[in-house]
Amino acid sequence: MSDIPGDLKFLSSHEWARVESDGTITIGISDHAQDLLGDIVFVELPEVGQFVDAENDTAIVESVKAASDIYSPLSGEVIEVNSHLENQPEIINSSPYEDGWFFKLTPSDMGELDNLLSPEDYSDICED
Amino acid sequence: MNKTPLHNAHVQLGAKMVNFSDWEMPISYSSLINEHHAVRNAAGIFDVSHMSVFDFDEGNQIAFFEKIFANDIKKISKVNKAIYGALLNEEGGILDDLIIYHANDKFRLVSNCSTQDQNRQWFEKHAVEFGVKVIERSDMGILAIQGPDALNKVLEIKDIDAQVNTLQSFGCMFEGDKLYARTGYTGEDGLEVIVPTQDINHLWEQLLQLGCTPIGLGARDTLRLEAGLNLYGNDMTINNHPYESNLGWTIDMSDENREFIGKDALLSIDQTKSQKIVGIILQDKGVLRPGYEITHEKGKGVVLSGSYSPTLQSSIGLARVDQGYKENGKVMIRNKVLNIDFVSPRFLGQGKISS
Repeated sequence: MSDIPGDLKFLSSHEWARVESDGTITIGISDHAQDLLGDIVFVELPEVGQFVDAENDTAIVESVKAASDIYSPLSGEVIEVNSHLENQPEIINSSPYEDGWFFKLTPSDMGELDNLLSPEDYSDICED
Repeated sequence: MNKTPLHNAHVQLGAKMVNFSDWEMPISYSSLINEHHAVRNAAGIFDVSHMSVFDFDEGNQIAFFEKIFANDIKKISKVNKAIYGALLNEEGGILDDLIIYHANDKFRLVSNCSTQDQNRQWFEKHAVEFGVKVIERSDMGILAIQGPDALNKVLEIKDIDAQVNTLQSFGCMFEGDKLYARTGYTGEDGLEVIVPTQDINHLWEQLLQLGCTPIGLGARDTLRLEAGLNLYGNDMTINNHPYESNLGWTIDMSDENREFIGKDALLSIDQTKSQKIVGIILQDKGVLRPGYEITHEKGKGVVLSGSYSPTLQSSIGLARVDQGYKENGKVMIRNKVLNIDFVSPRFLGQGKISS
């Protein structure tokens, strides 16, 4: 069974969002997602300053096997990307919820959090 | 869905199982990249029991293979060896690629799983005029043991015939109904063993205990790609002829009197104008995938196989391109134009091709 931290909200497509203490949002992919993908070898991240829309493709992650679009759980302005992933994309496999985060954004509508799945609901999806 | 006799063993090892041409097969057991390195550096074992095994009995088998096989069976019909080649239709289109083994005056053939029904019907249709009986051996499984330590691992098993040690590359031998062959699909030394299904779990277990790493189809694909070996259905189909599929070397017309199916069609092809399969290495960050479009100074092409090479630590692929390419070209990945080098498809241990 994969690990699902309780302080995160999820998309059914396996992205997570964490509300930080300063009100920004950190985004990554779940432990279940990295396990499905297998060894990750390349990540294409959005630009800092770019505005992204909730549930639109915002990044790309490629494992040896396949390429997958990554959707942003929330709308907002990208304020930081995880530049370590450029040379060490395998961090996503080893630390999907901490060191392997993708990008941070300033949300334009915190109300969108209500559209996301709770850890319990996301866990149910992973078991299907 | 079809299952191999080792299905339970894969599940117990925690393999991720996927549907591969209607067979439920392990794609990886742990990390695909680690599995890949295990084969390059030590020894890995693969369950390839999804592939089709055919035996032949009675009639004029040599004449039968001379007709249906584009390589010349006479190369092996007097020795204990395997031969690789293509099965063509009258138009020169590739029906399949396969290996025919010959040892102890018997022929055994292994072909792809997705083409099993087609091949059986094709063999049976053409066997009639030669009085040959086609025997499908669905009671056989296949293990591949590949890597620099593979042969030594196999020889550690006491009940294995020590004669296996004497097999040269592509050499093979029967031991009863079991066939040992120094062949593989990884670019490494190793063996493929065709074994009755009731014996395969025991052999698998013994090899695991000797420290062989179980390898899924994921690493099998990156290993064969680094070795520049085509995957049927991916790098070539019935719509391709051998010359545009890097299989020109398997077409043997040295015996002028030999009429094989597809020969006339091949003779009408202008090889100086055919497209070619070439190796490509991505020079920028990203991963090559099938279908990406390629351009070079004198023409264009398309990526057939593309992945990440754990050995070269960059993205590599096989592409079918117009002739006239030089060292470099471009590939379009998600609306970005990136740089590629054209190289020999045999990525391991070879330099760039100059033209």
